[in-house]
Amino acid sequence: MTASHLKIEDLHVAIEGKEILKGVNLEIKGGEIHAVMGPNGTGKSTLASALMGHPTYEVTSGKVTINGEDVLDMEVDERAQAGMFLAMQYPSEISGVTNADFLRSAINSRREEGDEISLMKFIRELDSQMNFLEMPGEMAHRYLNEGFSGGEKKRNEILQMMMLKPSIAILDEIDSGLDIDALKVVAKGVNDMRSPEFGCLIITHYQRLLNYIEPDFVHIMMNGKIVLSGGKELAHRLEAEGYEWVKTELGIETEEPTEA
Amino acid sequence: MTVELNLAVNRDAVAERATRLGEPAWMITKRQDALDLAPTLALPKVEKIKIDGWNFTEGSTELENVTGLTADIETLVGENRDHLLVTRNGQVVHAQNSEAANGVIFTTLEDALKNHADLVEKYFMTEGIQVNEDRLAALNAALMNGGTFLYVPKGLKLTVPMQAIYTLEQEHGALYHHGIIVADKDSELTYIENFVSYGDAPHNVNVVTEVFVEDNAKVLFGGVDTLAKGAVTYMNRRGVVKQGGKLEWALGHMNDGHTVTDTKTHLVGNDAFSDTKAVTVGRGDQKQNFNVRTDHFGKGTEGFILIHGVMKDSATSIFNGTSMIHHGASKSNGVQTERVLMLSEKARGDANPILLIDEDDVMAGHAASVGRVDELQLYYLMSRGLSRKEAERLVVHGFLQPVVSELAIDSVKERLIQVIEGKVK
Repeated sequence: MTASHLKIEDLHVAIEGKEILKGVNLEIKGGEIHAVMGPNGTGKSTLASALMGHPTYEVTSGKVTINGEDVLDMEVDERAQAGMFLAMQYPSEISGVTNADFLRSAINSRREEGDEISLMKFIRELDSQMNFLEMPGEMAHRYLNEGFSGGEKKRNEILQMMMLKPSIAILDEIDSGLDIDALKVVAKGVNDMRSPEFGCLIITHYQRLLNYIEPDFVHIMMNGKIVLSGGKELAHRLEAEGYEWVKTELGIETEEPTEA
Repeated sequence: MTVELNLAVNRDAVAERATRLGEPAWMITKRQDALDLAPTLALPKVEKIKIDGWNFTEGSTELENVTGLTADIETLVGENRDHLLVTRNGQVVHAQNSEAANGVIFTTLEDALKNHADLVEKYFMTEGIQVNEDRLAALNAALMNGGTFLYVPKGLKLTVPMQAIYTLEQEHGALYHHGIIVADKDSELTYIENFVSYGDAPHNVNVVTEVFVEDNAKVLFGGVDTLAKGAVTYMNRRGVVKQGGKLEWALGHMNDGHTVTDTKTHLVGNDAFSDTKAVTVGRGDQKQNFNVRTDHFGKGTEGFILIHGVMKDSATSIFNGTSMIHHGASKSNGVQTERVLMLSEKARGDANPILLIDEDDVMAGHAASVGRVDELQLYYLMSRGLSRKEAERLVVHGFLQPVVSELAIDSVKERLIQVIEGKVK
């Protein structure tokens, strides 16, 4: 098994010429779960999208490596092949392509030609993971995310993560719009992935998710930078006191939010 | 308007060839008249692309005699050899029809003109396509050097599909193919045709196919065209549906060369029904114009049109869908949808849905869309490890799926999926 090590150094990212990330430093190793929290519009989701290579985000400077390899030099698919996974806040809907067909293509894309996963093995694994995530079997045969409810989409992202077994997963507001039962299921999926070969970056606005997925590190992001890092107790303090104390203690003037 | 066509044949040559083939006198006259008429007629009317410069007539109608089934043809037909007609360069190389005992005629038009001349005379460019419709239809009658005649008698419901393969395997050759498909009253048939040609060298394929669905008969017509890059193709398919008849077209326009197709259905009888489904994938620098039209004449007729096209590279395709509800066709329903997906900046697509309604008490609807591939969809798929090509392949597959999955003939569906895979790679 390859090591899992994502290293972000002084990352600057702009959208349409406006700088959103202003020098992010973060290191995630196998076995660790990190949470990035912060008020709306501080660049949390920008970080997630830029790491995966979203077409509208422009990395203006900085360095990102996964297991020593230069991520920023890679195409989106190469990033995935290198072990990265992003559970998206707004997954695309692909009409005419079933969930199962898509997942099998995605699994086979990281295997050598001639070494494709057997249909039986694939179905067994898919069935078992869908059961685990309490997803009805018919969802495998529905078109990818088409007509899925918000909760179903999030569950489907976690299903993909479990099937693809990335070494570094980024979960972008996976908890938004989820009721408590769905939240528990999503957390169950992430906790099941915990291992020395799996590192995870959870981006969230609320501490609630962290009651179910216990983070090893919590980072607070403001104005496009990580301004404070700590353990899980940091999340509890945010829950109890909000973000104001961070600003006061660190003397931060926040800009008006620029993204939702 | 009269144009100089510079054809290699004249009235005498046409008559000489037809006589040599043993055609009846009426056919010879029809051919000669059509030849005279051709220069006075216009090319088929198409929108938004110019076809004046396309050379529809340069190929030679004298085609080499070839025999046997090629490996390519064997792949297309699989194990089956029955209910199968194969012509190469317009000449029959395989014809087997165990339904002949039940009165089914499935043979070349050349053979039918000898052995079933009355039936051919009844249907050859009479109620269906008219000789004077356009120049290329006239030339088809005049220069016809290949063809099919399929007749299913009254009341017979065929359960096996009748399959045909037509190839043109000659550089600078021209195939003028004329097909006639007749489902007599209360009968049912499934017919599947594949037009195939090879190579980048110029050649011409001119196809006129007339489908007659008599009272309460039912026809499933499947066509997969895979004419090569060198082909300039004219394909005019016409359905005439009588009272209570049903005609379903399942078409895959998968040519690699310049193509003009016309698929029209005349719902002449009351309660006649037609459903036209077509998919296409354009690539390279080919230009294509697809006309699909349903004419409602009978009362209570229903016509559906669904076309999805994908344009790659610098391919151009224009889709024109027309539902015409004529005066008197009350309680009729015409619905059409055309969708085009462009995969590259240079690809061009256009969809023009047209409803022409000359009757008050009808229902009609149309939808059309032309768009480029969604970059965010590709990003999403690629973020799971799929290469850009594979992601595009899935999106294209998904885009064509609503049509392909609804095609009424399984073997056409499977063949099309194969051809699409090949074209999208």
